[in-house]
Amino acid sequence: MSAMEDSASGAARGFSLKLLPPVYASVMLGLFFLIPLGIMLAVSFFHRVEGAFYEPAFELTNYARFLDAFFIRILGFSIGLSIAAAVIAVLIAFPFTYSLTRARRGTQIFALVFLLAVLSLSEVIIGFSWSTLLSRTAGVSNLFVALGLFERSAAYYPSLPALLLGLVYLSFPYTVLVLYPALSRLDPELSEAARMMGASPVRTFFTVVVPVMKRTIISTIILAFVFTLGAYILPQTLGKPPHWTLSVHITDQAIFEANLPFAAAMAILLLLVSLVMVAITLLVGKEDAVGGKA
Amino acid sequence: MLKKATRRQFLKTTTAAGVGILAAPAILRAAGEPLKVGTYGGYFQDSFDKHIYPEFTKATGIEVESISEPTGSAWLVQLQAAARAGQAPADVSMMTQTAATKGANDKLWMPLDSSKLGNTSALPEHFVRKYDDGSIYAIGALSWYITLVTNTEVYPEPPTSWKDMWDPKYKDTLGLLAKVDNSFLLEVTATTWFGGTEIMDTEEGILKVMDKLAELKDNVRLWYRDEGQFQQALESGEIPMGQYYHDVTGLAAADGQPVRSTFPQEGGILDSGSWCLIKTSKMKEQAETFINYMSQTDIQAKLARKVGTAPTVPRELTDLTDEEFAAVSSDIKPIIPRYDLYNSKGDWLNQKWAELIAS
Repeated sequence: MSAMEDSASGAARGFSLKLLPPVYASVMLGLFFLIPLGIMLAVSFFHRVEGAFYEPAFELTNYARFLDAFFIRILGFSIGLSIAAAVIAVLIAFPFTYSLTRARRGTQIFALVFLLAVLSLSEVIIGFSWSTLLSRTAGVSNLFVALGLFERSAAYYPSLPALLLGLVYLSFPYTVLVLYPALSRLDPELSEAARMMGASPVRTFFTVVVPVMKRTIISTIILAFVFTLGAYILPQTLGKPPHWTLSVHITDQAIFEANLPFAAAMAILLLLVSLVMVAITLLVGKEDAVGGKA
Repeated sequence: MLKKATRRQFLKTTTAAGVGILAAPAILRAAGEPLKVGTYGGYFQDSFDKHIYPEFTKATGIEVESISEPTGSAWLVQLQAAARAGQAPADVSMMTQTAATKGANDKLWMPLDSSKLGNTSALPEHFVRKYDDGSIYAIGALSWYITLVTNTEVYPEPPTSWKDMWDPKYKDTLGLLAKVDNSFLLEVTATTWFGGTEIMDTEEGILKVMDKLAELKDNVRLWYRDEGQFQQALESGEIPMGQYYHDVTGLAAADGQPVRSTFPQEGGILDSGSWCLIKTSKMKEQAETFINYMSQTDIQAKLARKVGTAPTVPRELTDLTDEEFAAVSSDIKPIIPRYDLYNSKGDWLNQKWAELIAS
């Protein structure tokens, strides 16, 4: 967010020599984002040849097919699931990152390196590890049995909680790494002032730190939301078929049914719906900020 | 173990693999380019690399570059996209019957010259697939069975019938393939409960079969796209029963894993792979030599011994002993998939299937 603002203001400041960065940025954006997106948009209107591939055309059948109770339900579930995972991840990550920025430098570096390492794990590894940890034969329930808590071990996957757990685990490092710069730049005088006026650390956290960081929190939730929306291995490994998200169905259409037009149409719709949600969130955040000033 | 388990799997890295293949620089050799042959990655490919390609090169002088391909339909999409760009990620590919047909509908396969394929005369007719104009586009490579598999430690006695999958005592224990056109569970249900796959001739009949299949959903713990996912769980006993490939299960058992493959009394599912040549290939002659070589009866027998697959040529033509043949096949009449349906109403079937298992 702030990086975008910086480059925007940088472009406004200079006009002649500084034209290069925005041009470079536009070319890269076009090359690696707009052109692929344009191709996908075009394919989403193409004609599916059943039992073969597709041919260029302009038709809305792929979009029409989506307007079906089955896919609408999946879209609703996917969005709800991603929001839940994003909110939980930020709920855990925010206090964690706040205390991290107040920890010793060595601890901070260690934690960040560790999180970067977790970040390097692919969805496949994460899904496989959690399914083992949650399994009947080798999972944590065996530990509970050994401790005498349960009589026999049980399997905790596939299930909705298992899937949520996996998604939160997947997005947690991202949320921490996004929150970290903002939280470490947070002026310590703010909370010091609150403390001097007699507020407890917990009260300071909730009445000073959280309100000041509100926009950062919202943009982090959006980032985590968009990120988990793309997960398609975890729903297959940790969830039951009703928990398969739209991304799983898009993959199915693209990879297994060779129905690229329908897969593209679903992807475009998913993109639009997420954009609308992001826009609404930002608008609501803005109104709040304006209201706060008044 | 995991590597072995990844034969027809939806490669976790489908995209990565695809990009890797497309991006790999063409390997040019002094003697000309090698023939690129695609087989299912993992244990299948390993067996071909070890037992088949070196001797083929020795016999013909044609070098082979072994390409690892993901499951049939996924590879088909990559080949279709590559062909449109004028590329050939593999010259010859082993394709499932459904994928071979879909490719043929798209005219993706190059017609082959029958005069160069003398050895294929021993093959049954359905293994020599032809375009409408009579030209050949696919030759049967090998067959495999999908059977009922169990963990021997969890179930000391093997199940005997596909009907056992509906038995409430197996609640939450089954691992089944997640796609209508690779699980062939509709054919299994039709054969087991409706006396044969003829009921699938009409859409009403198919819906009846689906209703019956829906009754076993409570017994399913995992609907898998990825073979490795199920094989590991089967071996550990986490998911102690399900449908799986007879050949890989036999190999795992030979490795000392507590698993077994049982041909149910209604028959195992017989599926097969065919050799297809992508139309953008520049290696037609070499490809025909390869396909002809692979169709020899003694090579088919060798595949049965080394890869664990069933031969495509009639058994009498091979020198397989009773024991060797029993290890890769069965005398029980197999369940033959209704490939015609996946071709004519694939989208409808897929939609109904998705609704069936995801609701």
